Amino acid sequence: MRAAAIREEHTLPTATVPTLAARGIVKSFARTRVLRDVSIELPAGRITAVLGPNGSGKTTLNKILLGLVRPNQGEVVFGGAVVTGSDAYRARIGYMPQSPRFPEHLAARDVLQLVASLRPHSPGKSIEQLIDQFDLSSYYTRALGVCSGGQRQRVNAAVAMMFDPEVLILDEPTAGLDPVSSAALKDRIIAERARGRAILITSHVLSELEELADDIVFLLDGVVRYHGTMSALRASTGGLSLERSIGALMQSATAGSATGPRPDPTTTNPPSGASS
Amino acid sequence: MAGTVALVSAVLRAQVAEIARNRWVLAYAIVLAVLTEALYQLGGSASRALSGLLNVVLLLVPLVTTVFGVVYWHTSREFTELLLAQPVPRRALWLGLYLGLVVPLIAAFALGITLPLALHRAITPDVLPLLLTYILAGAALTMSFAAIALWIGARQDDRLKALGLALAIWFLTTVVYDGLVVWFATVYSDWPLERPMLALMFANPVDLARTALMLRLDSAALMGYTGAVLSNVLGGPRGLLLTGGVLILWFVLPALAAVRGFSRKDF
Repeated sequence: MRAAAIREEHTLPTATVPTLAARGIVKSFARTRVLRDVSIELPAGRITAVLGPNGSGKTTLNKILLGLVRPNQGEVVFGGAVVTGSDAYRARIGYMPQSPRFPEHLAARDVLQLVASLRPHSPGKSIEQLIDQFDLSSYYTRALGVCSGGQRQRVNAAVAMMFDPEVLILDEPTAGLDPVSSAALKDRIIAERARGRAILITSHVLSELEELADDIVFLLDGVVRYHGTMSALRASTGGLSLERSIGALMQSATAGSATGPRPDPTTTNPPSGASS
Repeated sequence: MAGTVALVSAVLRAQVAEIARNRWVLAYAIVLAVLTEALYQLGGSASRALSGLLNVVLLLVPLVTTVFGVVYWHTSREFTELLLAQPVPRRALWLGLYLGLVVPLIAAFALGITLPLALHRAITPDVLPLLLTYILAGAALTMSFAAIALWIGARQDDRLKALGLALAIWFLTTVVYDGLVVWFATVYSDWPLERPMLALMFANPVDLARTALMLRLDSAALMGYTGAVLSNVLGGPRGLLLTGGVLILWFVLPALAAVRGFSRKDF
């Protein structure tokens, strides 16, 4: 009953044009199928959260969108053009990996200079702005090997946002940050959304996603079990919290797989021409 | 093209800044310097010190390069992913990572064997060609085994398995191969073996480097007829070109395999 309601109500806003999309992605590693016909879209001016238990395929999906992993089937579309296998579109994407291990003898200054020299255009923000916005001043020239996890995570955020990208892909962005830095980063993410950026975020902190996300993609065993708005998800589960709503989704998925075929993932409003 | 050169040079600069301060690379340079100094003190001349370094160079350079290369690849994998998320062609990024690995290792090797001799003012004009041959042979082995290390890194995600494979390749090329050559020479001792032995020498970069260094050390005279053949084939300018060409092949071929693996790899 509840699952049926979910299928009816969780449509995405149709007026928005997806900046970055994945269509019909299938990916296997050796004999393990990690993603099965996955389609998602990241509309401009919205924050899309990708949720799922460990091993559900979230990181693989992120990496396919970035071109770090090649899909067996399907395509990545940026601004309407298929970009699977190309490099240039990444100039318009900012990526914040989960707790990166920077070279221990390089300083934040070296990393920012290196990334700046790898892009075809000048940074959207000056070094002074980055230092100020991400509070890097106290350790800007210090080797990252002796910086704290939170300090390295702030460098990570600065790298992702220094070119003012149209799309941000953020993997556990607040991991390791103290409450003040975490709140500041969340404010920045919200500000980027207000500026029309398309943002994909993955996190295990559901309260954080509840605060930030407009749209939810729920992955389970490599299949999109839900792709719709946060408000529709809540409405479909009787106004439950995100955590309980996801719990309800997992229960319905488990019940579906126990009694018959998996729920049809075409319960979303995918980009035209896409299979999901 | 200019863009690719700029990309490669940016990655190279960052890699050199990082690896040159790595304590294992510093230890490598110090160990070589201590050994050179000890051999100089024992032998009393630069040429004797360099003669004594022959097997150290042939064993240590491939070992340090493959093991350090594989370990460094896995340690810096997450940063490599961050770089791959930039609009960078994979081949250009690989070249920057490769050069960033070999430049500090070659510098450590060259400094390690040169500095003690320079401090003793022992690098005379008659020693200089021998020293340069050592540096070139060390550089060639470093480039060859660094390419092999990056090929292993691209093929094997498990760090322990990659390290095991690196050690196996080192053991095969430096120890087992010589045993097989000796066995082959013993079994077919009644046959003219000069040409097959030359082919076997070219098939292993360590053996090729050893022969090039021995010819420069004038040790060929101790090898009888085989030494004469080696001197004849490899001693002149044509031989030098042949040796250099095959040594270049020995890092170009693994490098091509490594680039291919890197370009197709799922990170």
